[in-house]
Amino acid sequence: MDIFDFSDGREGYYGEYGGVFLPEILHETIEELLQCFRECKSDPGFWQEYESVLQSYSGRPTPITYLENLSRHLGGAQIYVKRDDLNHTGSHKVNNVVGQGLLCKRLGKKRVIAETGAGQHGFATATMAAKFGYDCRIYMGAVDVARQRPNVFWMENLGAEVISVEDGQKTLKDAVNECMRDWVTNMSDTHYILGTACGPHPFPEMVSWFQSIIGKEARKQLLELTGNLPDRVYACVGGGSNAMGIFQGFMEDPSVELIGCEAGGKGVGSYMHSARLAYDDAKVGVAQGYKTYFLQNDDGNMSETHSVAAGLDYIGINPIFSYLWEQGKVRFEAATDEEVKEALKLVMRTEGLIPALETTHGFVTAIKEAPTLGKNEIILINQSGRGDKDIFTIADALNDSKWKKFIDGKAQDYRLERN
Amino acid sequence: MEKIYRWQSTGLQAGEKLVGIESFIKDKRRKKDILVMGHVVCGYPSFEENFSALEIMEDAGVDLVELQFPFSEPSADGPLFVKANEMSIKSGTTVNMCFEFMSKVTKRFSFKVLMMGYYNTIFQLGEEAFLSRLKDSGGEGYIIPDLPVEEATKLHTLSRDLDLDPIILMTQTSSDDRLKKLGESSRGMVYAVARKGVTGSKTTMDESIDSLISRCRANTSVPLGVGFGISSKSDLDFLKGKADVAIIGTAALQAWETSHANGYKNFFESLQIS
Ligand SMILES: Cc1ncc(COP(=O)(O)O)c(C=O)c1O
Repeated sequence: MDIFDFSDGREGYYGEYGGVFLPEILHETIEELLQCFRECKSDPGFWQEYESVLQSYSGRPTPITYLENLSRHLGGAQIYVKRDDLNHTGSHKVNNVVGQGLLCKRLGKKRVIAETGAGQHGFATATMAAKFGYDCRIYMGAVDVARQRPNVFWMENLGAEVISVEDGQKTLKDAVNECMRDWVTNMSDTHYILGTACGPHPFPEMVSWFQSIIGKEARKQLLELTGNLPDRVYACVGGGSNAMGIFQGFMEDPSVELIGCEAGGKGVGSYMHSARLAYDDAKVGVAQGYKTYFLQNDDGNMSETHSVAAGLDYIGINPIFSYLWEQGKVRFEAATDEEVKEALKLVMRTEGLIPALETTHGFVTAIKEAPTLGKNEIILINQSGRGDKDIFTIADALNDSKWKKFIDGKAQDYRLERN
Repeated sequence: MEKIYRWQSTGLQAGEKLVGIESFIKDKRRKKDILVMGHVVCGYPSFEENFSALEIMEDAGVDLVELQFPFSEPSADGPLFVKANEMSIKSGTTVNMCFEFMSKVTKRFSFKVLMMGYYNTIFQLGEEAFLSRLKDSGGEGYIIPDLPVEEATKLHTLSRDLDLDPIILMTQTSSDDRLKKLGESSRGMVYAVARKGVTGSKTTMDESIDSLISRCRANTSVPLGVGFGISSKSDLDFLKGKADVAIIGTAALQAWETSHANGYKNFFESLQIS
């Protein structure tokens, strides 16, 4: 099944999900993008260049690590991790960004804009823009600016302008709206680098295509390492780009179960979460340029979402997943904030790995299910990012008194410096 | 099914009968060089203040009004309307309240009323239910900036049966092919977007507007409204003889924000509409 073959359906639709719902003024821009993307996708030279930039700039292929201690500790399946956290800038976001950066050259545009939640996509975009020589502006919700300062610091020092978005809920969705507003004004010289597999066609397909590099590598590596395919593959799902990336390696393998892990926030019934498919609270709607499941009220206004992980704190899900979920091809589960903190501690202590808070949602579900599987079964988790950026949030969550003392000391130093 | 009428700047031929917004505009244009369409965001600052604003518009001779149904993701709107949408929803405005308000307004005033909003509002209600509520509330049509014609086939067909007009947007960036396609779907009136960007900032009236208008004219026979950044009598004068309707949004809300009903009244009087 090629989900991107639209020949007997509507272009850009996955079942009833997807499409293009944009202001008329962007019609030619999105057509031009689609055209350019089609050319890139059918040009083997483009993919070669893409791979070689990621190799020399970001250390691809990223390895697979066997988690021997954690596997033994849980007493079930053998756990393997695809290490996209080892990318330059510390997450899978750089894959998509390099891809769109190369595409932007072909578009002949000089300026790039991007939304960011956790700051990982913004950070990667700022890095790429510096390397490729684009002007760069990043939109980030004010709430996220406050909780992801380290990434803001890097973006600004890499030469990007970071705009703190004060509208709405002041998180990822509001940053997307601001990007749309910028784009309807500056489309002639600006490319919008959407950071996840959401938004209007061709973004879900395009971002998935760039991220498919994760799954391609992972399938080959795991076969070389173990001689087997995994029984289950786990990935966290914000918009759904890292999960689409790794899942695409196994779409044609019926024995492999694919599990998307959403942000359960404060849990079922709390209405303080971002679980679109794992919980029953979302319904189909149209916003931010596409049709999918959104967390919204009866009038179609978007609900407040929550997650300890800024990168998962989003109202909608990639339209391809709405379709694959409906078709029973991907299962969705949710992990709560509390479960995430516990799993993070366990993974750090047993394996010396520091997954990002987003990523840890995938670990939670895998850790829950591993003991129910046999020792001969294999689990693969996509480690989409590393947790360094989350040091403030994690230190808070772990209530680390020494860290607090350090920050307090720093604050005093700065105060003295000012006076 | 009604016939498609060709319209020249001389107005309607004797004996021609049109329905909906198109006939209304053409009829009025025989006596007026340019019509004016106003805009309020339902429930911002409050429905009472909306009503006062509409009374002022009626007195000033405004011909059409867009009632915007607030949406949580108004991505085609500029800062002032973004805030208005957000505050309205925060204060508890629902779709139902907007329709009730529309009923009250269409009964009380002589200007024609269009619904303006985002597609999800319609999608959640269901297209048929939305159109029948709109009809029952006395609305004449709707403007949905995030619904391209490709996605609107069913909605447009259903609207035709109810004599409701889908107001289509044409823009400076639209290619000639695209304008042709948009022209084929246009009914009631076309909304020509005077510049790139979101609602809000001022637009300079220059040759680029002339060229936009003539490109739109070449592709549709329905009346033409021009909006985005229209803010003064001189803008209206510029559009006279070129367009049929001047669409005023942010400038009026700005007047309300700075000096309330008095400022609003002064603003509309300064336009010298009738
Ligand atoms: C490390 C990491 N993983 C996952 C995500 C979620 O995005 P997606 O679902 O598109 O992979 C983010 C988003 O910021 C992230 O930073």
